[in-house]
Parts: sequence; structure tokens; C-alpha cells
Amino acid sequence: MSKMRYSRRSLLKSGAAAVAASALPAPMIWAQDIRNVTLRQFGTGVSNLNEVAGKVKEDLGFTLEMTALDSDSVTQRAATQPDSFDIADIEYWICKKVWPTGNLQAMDTGRIANYDKIVGIFRSGKLTPESVIAQGTAPHTVGFIDSPEATSFATGETRWMTLIPTIYNADTLGIRPDLIGRPIDSWAELLNPEFRGKASILDISSIGIMDMAMVCEAMGEIQYGDKGNMTREEIDRTIAIFTEAKRAGQFRAFWKSFDESVNLMASGEVVIQSMWSPAITAVKTRGIPCVYQPLKEGYRSWGGGIGLSKSLSGLKLDAAYEYINWYLSGWVGGFLMRQGYYSAVPETSKEFMSENEWGYWFEGKPASEEITNPQGDVMAQAGEVRDGGSFHERMGKVACWNAVMDENQYMVRKWNEFIAA
Amino acid sequence: MERVHRGLTGAGPGTAGAAAPAAMPEGQAAGRGHPRSARAARGRGTVDTLQGWALASPLVIVLLAFLVLPIVMIVAVSFWQATEFAIVPAFSFENYAFLLTSSVTWRVFGATLQFALITWTLTLLIGFTVAYYLAFHIRTTAMQTILFLVCTVPFLTSNIIRMISWIPFLGRNGIANQTLIELGIIDQPLEWLLYSDFSVVLAFVHLYTLFMIVPIFNTMSRIDRSLIEAARDNGASGWQILTNVIIPLSKPGIMIGTIFVLTLVMGDFITVRFMSGSQSANVGRLISNDIALLQYPSASATSVVLLVTVLLIIGVLMRFVNIRKEL
Repeated sequence: MSKMRYSRRSLLKSGAAAVAASALPAPMIWAQDIRNVTLRQFGTGVSNLNEVAGKVKEDLGFTLEMTALDSDSVTQRAATQPDSFDIADIEYWICKKVWPTGNLQAMDTGRIANYDKIVGIFRSGKLTPESVIAQGTAPHTVGFIDSPEATSFATGETRWMTLIPTIYNADTLGIRPDLIGRPIDSWAELLNPEFRGKASILDISSIGIMDMAMVCEAMGEIQYGDKGNMTREEIDRTIAIFTEAKRAGQFRAFWKSFDESVNLMASGEVVIQSMWSPAITAVKTRGIPCVYQPLKEGYRSWGGGIGLSKSLSGLKLDAAYEYINWYLSGWVGGFLMRQGYYSAVPETSKEFMSENEWGYWFEGKPASEEITNPQGDVMAQAGEVRDGGSFHERMGKVACWNAVMDENQYMVRKWNEFIAA
Repeated sequence: MERVHRGLTGAGPGTAGAAAPAAMPEGQAAGRGHPRSARAARGRGTVDTLQGWALASPLVIVLLAFLVLPIVMIVAVSFWQATEFAIVPAFSFENYAFLLTSSVTWRVFGATLQFALITWTLTLLIGFTVAYYLAFHIRTTAMQTILFLVCTVPFLTSNIIRMISWIPFLGRNGIANQTLIELGIIDQPLEWLLYSDFSVVLAFVHLYTLFMIVPIFNTMSRIDRSLIEAARDNGASGWQILTNVIIPLSKPGIMIGTIFVLTLVMGDFITVRFMSGSQSANVGRLISNDIALLQYPSASATSVVLLVTVLLIIGVLMRFVNIRKEL
């Protein structure tokens, strides 16, 4: 009900805008037009945050409508219904599937103000000049095209970008240090018989298979050509190892949604499992020790970006560029980094974070005082250090990017067999 | 899928029952009315037929739109083909060929039937016992009604909540394990209490026993008490009365309960997913996995096979008991 009424604040705001408009007529004509623009954005839940839409209205004046879907639906919609969205907030591996359909339009890097400050991972693929490029769908391999009309990806940096990177992170295993009681340093520990009946893996085939591959490789059982693009034989062998472990009772449960993973860990049903960074935080805020354990084989990483619909043009396209430039200008970056994700342009985000927050989240320094997330929940106490350390330590150790395989359908069938085994 | 099944069992037998009486009284009333000329009667007959159709039409339209059409749609889509992004209309047996030749399908259908069979046995035993107690041991109708309502109290909360509340209870550090350890009955927590076939069956029995109690209690309360007295007067023992009088006369109720439980368990996917910690599979989960991966044709094919399986089972059951005749 309350949403239906005009709040005093919104009346005041529009009143103020009207005053501003009449006082400064010329430049405000454009500003008034753009106020009527509504951009429809859809994507996965991670970065589709209402706070962002609210801030867009406040800073840029236009309306951003957000729809959150799961990654399968996002892929389908981007590929089949180009007119149902203006901005697609998708992961890079989804881009690999969607770009060839021609439903997205290339972005001119010349119109991106902070383009030069975007981290190397999304441009040359290298975080530092010495970095080795990880396996899987590394963002830079699907980030550029040679000309706006091209349907295949460019080999190097060009003027035309497919997605503007927005959010990314490095995933690893979560553990309960209090229940394990010894150091864990390898993915292979997931299948260690010591944790029989106390391990878990996620039941989302495209990501689960990657975690499996990290484990099999760490055990020395399989050497993969590319974990992000396995052969049928590699898929068979990987699934076989895990089926055997499942039959031996290694797993307590599989999880499919975020809250399931939190409950498994918090209740002590599981002491080691694949996990996402906000889930670790959710366990910790309940006062239960939980560590996002850095492992010697490295991280499985993922990254998302925003793409523009083919049908965007004119004022709406201008608004979209405005939005992208605003996205990279720091406020969103700070907002995301204070939840444990990384921003594509960290240096602009720094201005929107306190020194303590920047030190803790980005530089891997001990917190000088309590760290809270944007919602006000305490994430860490003074003196604590982020699991895995600084940005460069974490993102520098990426072993594999989330990917979509050529043998995807075969893999999915095998995955179903694993679940039914 | 689950909805389709519920629709089938809920609406199927009910429709035939509901539509026929609706049309009947009108016809009878006309027949028994004042004497009229033959022509007028014939005219009246056409009106009656039209009226009958008109009275039945809302139900017919609802059933066509919400039961028949969706099923036709599912059957049609099951012959289509899917690529990663698109569903292509076609007439191909590929989905069925893959489904029926895959060992996973057979194993999963086997597991589903097993769940259904175990759940059926347990709900029948419990449901029959409770209904028997309510119908024959509680003397006053008021008390019967009160106790019957007590049975339904847990069903005032949502299905999902009733199911999920088992998780903290059965968990490794849950109430059940802690109590057993404190009582000194066990030293180590029992792992098989949760995320096992045991917990799946437990949840099924908990969720669906009422569907057995209600129809059995209903038929039992209609059994003529003088039949039992007659049996006793003729020297039948308690056991003989049960097996020779009460069970045969309760058959329609047992059968209706059976249909409810079987279709609910066969069509379920969420209970199996939550209570087994995604470790067990049943047909419903195969379908939901396919849908999540946008493989609608393959999901439809699985649904059709499941539908046919359930209809066959019900068809066989109907051979044993004619529900409509005995109600």
C-alpha cells in the first residue's frame, strides 16, 4: 500500500528537480528527457541489486528496472528474446554462448571514460605482466571483437567490447576449521576419506564439474588439457571418480541454492564443501567459524559484465553508456567490494571505501576496526585478515574460469547419472 | 508435473460423479411432470439436453483448458527437439529413444516405484489403524469429529514447512541424535537419520498419511454396525471380523487413499530433493533437472512416460475395486 502513495521525499525531490530545470534551462532539456528513460536490466542475482537501481535514479535520473533470474534462464532469454531487455548482466561464459546469436551490440571503448583503468584480467588477460592465463572461459578471450558486426571473438584487445566487466571473484572450498582441526591446503581434501559423510559439492552441473576437475587434478588422477573444455573421456573419468566417492558415502548432501550451503555448514552436517563467498560470510555472521580456504592449486574464478541489447539506440543508448560510465566510476564498485566481490576498476572504488575497508578487502591487511557490509552486518572483527589475502594474491592464483564446454550436453547427461547413482 | 497428477486424481473420478447428477434431476423432473402432448414433451426433451450441456459446460471448459490442453501440449512437445537455445517443433522419437534406453531412467523409475511402494505400505498400515480406531473405538460422533480434526491440525501449515522442519530435528547435531546420546542409547550420532532414503520415506509418510485416513475413515463410518453384530453372533473372532467384514467393506476407501498416495509420491520432486540432500533421484527430479537446463522436450517425454506409468497402475488397481459402484 505505502508504495502507492507519494512520499513527501519524492515530492520534494521532483520539486527540487523542477526548480533546477527552470533555473538552468539549456542543459536540463537533455536531463529532462533522460528522466523519462527506463532501462530494463536482467541478470543473475549477484549484482542485480535494488540499491544500485535506487542510486541510478538518484545520480543519473533515469529508471533502471531489474529482473533477477538463474543463470540458465538468463542465457535463454539473452539468446532468444533480444527485445525483452536493454541491458544484460551476464557472466562471461554466458557471453560465449550468446554473442554469436547477434542479440548484443558491441560497445565503443572510446565512450568508456575509465576504460584505461580496467584491470588487466579483462583486457590482456594478465593481472600482471608475468601472470599465466588460466584455463576455462577467461574473460578477455570473449571480451573483444574486431568490428561491431563480428560474431566471432578477437584474439587481442580492440576498440569494440562485448561486455563491460562489472563484478568478479575467486571461489574455493569453504571449511569449518573448528571441526577439522588441521590445516587444509589442497582441493584433493574434498575426497579425503577422513571427511566421509561430511563433504558436499554443489549440484549445478556447469560449476560442479569444474570443482570436480580441480579435485581430480589435485589428486593426481587426471591431467586435463583444459578443465574448461573437457573431452568426453575426461568427463567420464571425472564423473567416475566422484560416483565412486558418492557410493562410498563421502557426501552428506549436495546443495543447489545459496541458503542450503549455509545451513549445511552452519549446522555442522558438512565440514568441507564447494562454497560461494557470501555464503561464508552468512555462516560467520551467525558466530560460527568458517574459512574460505586458499588452496595451493589455485582458485576457480568467475566474472560478470553488462552487455547492451542490439535494439538499443538513440537516447536510450546514450543513457546506457551513461549508466556504464557511472557503474565504473566507483560507487557500485565500493558497494560490491564491501561484500567481498571485486570491481573492474578498483582504483575508482577506493574513493567510496574507508581506508580500513580498502585495506581489509583489497590489500589483505588486518582490519583496524570492525568491518561491516553495506547492510550493516559485521563481517570481520578488528585484527582479522581476509581469507586468501590481497586482491593480487587471490586473483593472481586463478587456475580456471567458469566455462561452457563444447561437450556441454554430454556433460549434463553424465551429471544426471552421477546424481542418480 | 505434480499439479497435473493432482488434477487427474482430484478431477478425474470427481467429474464423472459431479457432472452426471447435475444433469439427472432435471431429466427426471421433466419425465415425472404433468401429462403433456407428445410434441411438447419432445420439445422439452431437446431443451433438457441443451440445458444439461449448458450446466456441464463450465466444468467441461475448465477441464479442457486446464487439464486436457496442457496434457496435449506436453505430449506434443515431447516429440520436439531442443538445441541449447531453442526448442524446434518436429516429430522425432529421439527423446523417447534416449529415455527408454538409458540405464539411468530405469534405475530412477525403479527408485520412484520403490519410494511409492514403501510409502504406500506404511501409510496404509498407519492410516487404516487410525481410521479403525476412530470409527470403531470412539463411540460418540462428537468425539470422532474432534479427534478427526486433530488429525488434520498439522495440515494447516504448508507442506514444505512440515517437511523442512524434519531437517534440524534429524540432523547430526539435531534433537533426535542429542536425545539418544544423552539417554545413553547410542555413542555416535546416527548418520542415516537425515539425507538418506529413510528421511525421504519418513517425510512422505508424515506428509501423506492423512490422505489414507480420510477416505478409509469415511467408508468405515458407513459400515452397517449390525453386520459386525451379526458376525459376532455367529461366532466370528475379532480377527475374522476384521478380515472378512471390515477390510472388504473398506476397500473403496483404501483404494482412493492408495490412488492419492501413489500419485503424490510418484509426482513428487521437492521432498526427495530436500530430504535426501539431493543425493537420491526420482522421476520428478529428472524432469526438474531437464527444465532447469531448458530441455523441455526431454522433460515432456519423461512426464509422458511417468503419466502413462501412473495411469497404468491406477488402471490395474481399478480392476480390483470398482470405486464408483461401492461408494
